[in-house]
Amino acid sequence: MSDLSVAAASSTPVISPVAAQCVDLRKVYGKGDAEVAALDGVTIDFGAREFTAVMGPSGSGKSTLMHCMAALDLPSSGEVFLGDVRLSGLKDKHLTNLRRDKIGFVFQAFNLVPTLTARENIVLPLAVAGRKPDPEWFDTVIDTVGLRDRLGHRPNELSGGQQQRVAAARALMSRPQIVFADEPTGNLDSAAGAEVLGFLRRSVDDHGQTIVMVTHDAVAAAYTDRVVFLADGRVVDELRNPNADRVLEEMKLLTHLATSGA
Amino acid sequence: MWRVSWRNLVARKVRLLLSGFAIVLGVAFVAGSFIFTDALGGAFDGIIKGSTADVVVQPRGAGDFDQLGQDARTIPGDVVRRLDGLEEAAAVHPTLQQLGVWVIGADGKLVGGNGAPGIALNYSDAEAITGDRILTLTTGELPASDSQILLDEDTADKAGYSVGDQVTLVTPGDNPTVTMELVGLARFGSGDGAAGATLTIFDTASMQRLFFGGRDVFTGASITAADDVSQAQLRDAAAAVLPAGVTAEEGDKVAEEAQASLADDLGFVTTFLLVFAVVSLVVGVFIIVNTFSILVAQRSRELALLRALGASRRQVNRAVLSEAFAVGLVGATVGLVGGYLLAIGLKALFGTFGLDLAGADLPVRGRTIVAAYLVGVVVTMVAAYFPARRAGRIAPVAAMRDDVAMPQASMHRRMIAGSCLIVAGAGLLTWGLVDLLGPALVFVGAGMLGILLGVSLLSAVIGRPLVRAIGRPYQKLYGTVGQLATENSLRNPRRTAATASALMIGLTLVALMSTIGQSAKASTDQIVESSLTANFVVSEATYGTPFTPAIGEQISTIDGVETVAPLRDGTGKVDGEQIYFGATDPVALAKAFDIEFDTGTLVRMAKGAVLIDRATAKAEGYGIGDRLELAMPAGVQKLTVAGIFESSAAMPYTHLTTLETLRKGGVKPADSKLYITTAEGADKGVIRDQIDAITEDLPTVVVYDPEEFAEATAAQINQFLYFIYALLALALVIAVLGVVNTLALSVIERTREIGLLRAVGMSRRQLRRMVRLESVAIASLGAVLGVGMGLVFAVALQRAIADEGFDVLAIPWGQLALFVVIAAVLGVLAALLPARRAARLNVLAAITTE
Repeated sequence: MSDLSVAAASSTPVISPVAAQCVDLRKVYGKGDAEVAALDGVTIDFGAREFTAVMGPSGSGKSTLMHCMAALDLPSSGEVFLGDVRLSGLKDKHLTNLRRDKIGFVFQAFNLVPTLTARENIVLPLAVAGRKPDPEWFDTVIDTVGLRDRLGHRPNELSGGQQQRVAAARALMSRPQIVFADEPTGNLDSAAGAEVLGFLRRSVDDHGQTIVMVTHDAVAAAYTDRVVFLADGRVVDELRNPNADRVLEEMKLLTHLATSGA
Repeated sequence: MWRVSWRNLVARKVRLLLSGFAIVLGVAFVAGSFIFTDALGGAFDGIIKGSTADVVVQPRGAGDFDQLGQDARTIPGDVVRRLDGLEEAAAVHPTLQQLGVWVIGADGKLVGGNGAPGIALNYSDAEAITGDRILTLTTGELPASDSQILLDEDTADKAGYSVGDQVTLVTPGDNPTVTMELVGLARFGSGDGAAGATLTIFDTASMQRLFFGGRDVFTGASITAADDVSQAQLRDAAAAVLPAGVTAEEGDKVAEEAQASLADDLGFVTTFLLVFAVVSLVVGVFIIVNTFSILVAQRSRELALLRALGASRRQVNRAVLSEAFAVGLVGATVGLVGGYLLAIGLKALFGTFGLDLAGADLPVRGRTIVAAYLVGVVVTMVAAYFPARRAGRIAPVAAMRDDVAMPQASMHRRMIAGSCLIVAGAGLLTWGLVDLLGPALVFVGAGMLGILLGVSLLSAVIGRPLVRAIGRPYQKLYGTVGQLATENSLRNPRRTAATASALMIGLTLVALMSTIGQSAKASTDQIVESSLTANFVVSEATYGTPFTPAIGEQISTIDGVETVAPLRDGTGKVDGEQIYFGATDPVALAKAFDIEFDTGTLVRMAKGAVLIDRATAKAEGYGIGDRLELAMPAGVQKLTVAGIFESSAAMPYTHLTTLETLRKGGVKPADSKLYITTAEGADKGVIRDQIDAITEDLPTVVVYDPEEFAEATAAQINQFLYFIYALLALALVIAVLGVVNTLALSVIERTREIGLLRAVGMSRRQLRRMVRLESVAIASLGAVLGVGMGLVFAVALQRAIADEGFDVLAIPWGQLALFVVIAAVLGVLAALLPARRAARLNVLAAITTE
């Protein structure tokens, strides 16, 4: 455990401006004896124009971290910054606007509105804000996800992979400061998963998008620039330019530590 | 499986509560109708029994008829005194009774009226068959002179008088008003009130002087039996000393007959109220079916799991039905309580129409309880049957799938069933309308119900373009939020249709009544304009307060008054059927009212003639020269049909005859209306002032010029409409609850989607607006369908009765539009809670929900 922490501390060169960061983030559930800390003092920077994966065994707090970072959940203590906006103390209305304008989401369960067509789903955040999509950017996004011929279809007429690509296109449409993806490939077969991951990768490389993805799939993590490992609510390690084997090794170690430590 | 049902009930209590509420309201209406009519019956039973002695002596035939007017016949004092020596009698009390005596309250307004009688009677110690005294002095002393009276406690209370006050009375005698000193108060019967009737009590000699020309006569006698003498023995003994024109009858029998005749009248009230109860229940059924359908759909995965674990179709089916049973049981219980409260409300509502039951008990009889549970449980189970059957058809494999679609009956079959219902309903309606009298009314009702059910089945299909049309401005105004709202209401066409249909039924009836009312008013206007040639109409202020002929005599002496045509109301029986007829001076009326005749004229109507209105003539097959027998208290008269006329709201009689007929029938003259024409060139303003001066002190009498007369008739129609609206309001409340229910369930069902919308930046406001717009779309759909159907029915009805003084079809567009707006506003209100709930959902919890 201790040498892992040392490794984590020694390998955090800041190579790009920070898109989002959290400082000493804690999230506690329950009270008294039943108290469980899902996040136990997490401090991370997410670099702009970077594709970051957050990994960890079940219960490590990776989803909670993402929810707090994405203004979906309130931390018990600590600070979250999106760019230079401090999240703590903001009213629901501000958080709503922040989600609408600065954050994109991709969920494991696609979460498309079944009554809207693919195109309408993609422009939904803009439409809700009462804004028109930039046609050029729309074309770019559509071509990147390769959905041009499916735009008029409703979600139930699309395959899982297609639905997730629609969801990803929706996340990118408003050119958010940061996109959070929660196990985006969890419900997909490997081919469809690869399509979605390839698309996310391209949007980072070609368009400078910042993406934070929670996953427990080592293959998915290998698409990213940086992998942050969580265990028991703390950051325990990270990898730069990961490959699947190294991620897998790290995960095995973490799982082993988690089970033996418990 | 029972445990599963029970757990489900507990787990879904909020949702079931809402559907339970629909049952509660429906049952409450049924129970309330029964409780109220029982109270009504009870109150009148009390009055009848409390005022009937062991043996009642009266002129022959007097007890056989519902009396509108005062029986003109009396019994000489000598005849009554023959009873004094009877061994079988413990006491003989000669009675005097005079109708049409009214109290003017301290505020100058008439006390009572609106159908409740104003009765004067002499004070006596007579006892009723109940053993109670009929009248008991409670305060002050007995009247001893021509200028002293007692009032019953309720009347004094309402009029605002206490002992020692001067009381002005309206009388049917030569002096239209007299002022008396109130010397005491009396209690009637056991003190439960007299259902709005006002009692003025005189001493015997004063009453004879005031109302019977000072003659030594009585209107009857109350005899109390001696110990161990039966009513029959007493009657026989009394009858033996009475002449042929006077009868003695057993008190029990008199009371029974009075009750039976009353039951006929009250039966109408029960039927009337039950019609509205049925409307509420039908609306309730829609809500229950819908709720259970949604609940079953939302649980389909769980039900499939039960099937996969080995539960049989029957078991799943029964699980749903037992939930319905429990909900029905609870709903009926609460509904029974609600019915009691509703009966209190009905008491107040009817009270405003003169039927004062303040002192009456509200009895909850066994029949009421049985009906409440029967209706509550059976209706709920029937309503839940279809969803339950569908639940049983869920394939076990559905448990393994992510998105479970409920097996649905095809739209195709729905279309066919709906169309069949509409065709059958239209057939019944047409049949009913062709021959509107009698049982055909039931066909009209059944036909309308059939059409409405058919339309509600079809509305899942025909509602689609309508919702799209409603949604178009949404999208313009509210963009994506509007679009989402429209799509949401189209998402589940059956659910939207069922919810909207519940509202449709209520609004159909509201629109129907409003259009018919408007047409009635317009038709009256037209008749007044084209047929009323009178320059003034003097009318009783409320129904049942006819005034002394002295008024008409005084008016006829005014300079410039040409004719005064009195119109008097009478009742009698033709072929055993009660009829309500008008009696007039045909020659004078002909100058004042240009009645439309198919055959015959007013002027040529001679003694012993009768005019029949078109609808009655058609129904009974009367033609000119036919003879009919009119039975009245004083005997049967043979009348000859002399013409067929068109009745209307301004001349609402089925039979019109001469004053002579009424007099021969034994009724003291009292005018309901006077139609007055003035000479050419006479100053109407001056005449009006003089008429006003004559009627000034009489709150029972109002003076109208033709325009005011039309307005007053319209006001009466409006009053009736408001009454109906008040009763229909409950059905609308149920329908609105249905909208709340559907929205609430939809919000629960779409939790994850709502979470997503919030996550991608939809504000709480936008979300609330989305739910609200969906609600308004559903409500507007129901309103548009309802108003449309109401209009169709109203046109059909008006066409069918156009010949009976209903010539004009007037569509109150403004009002109909208002109804749609009101429905939309109700939609906004219905969305309040569901929208709040949706907006309050925790985004994270919502988005990760299963």
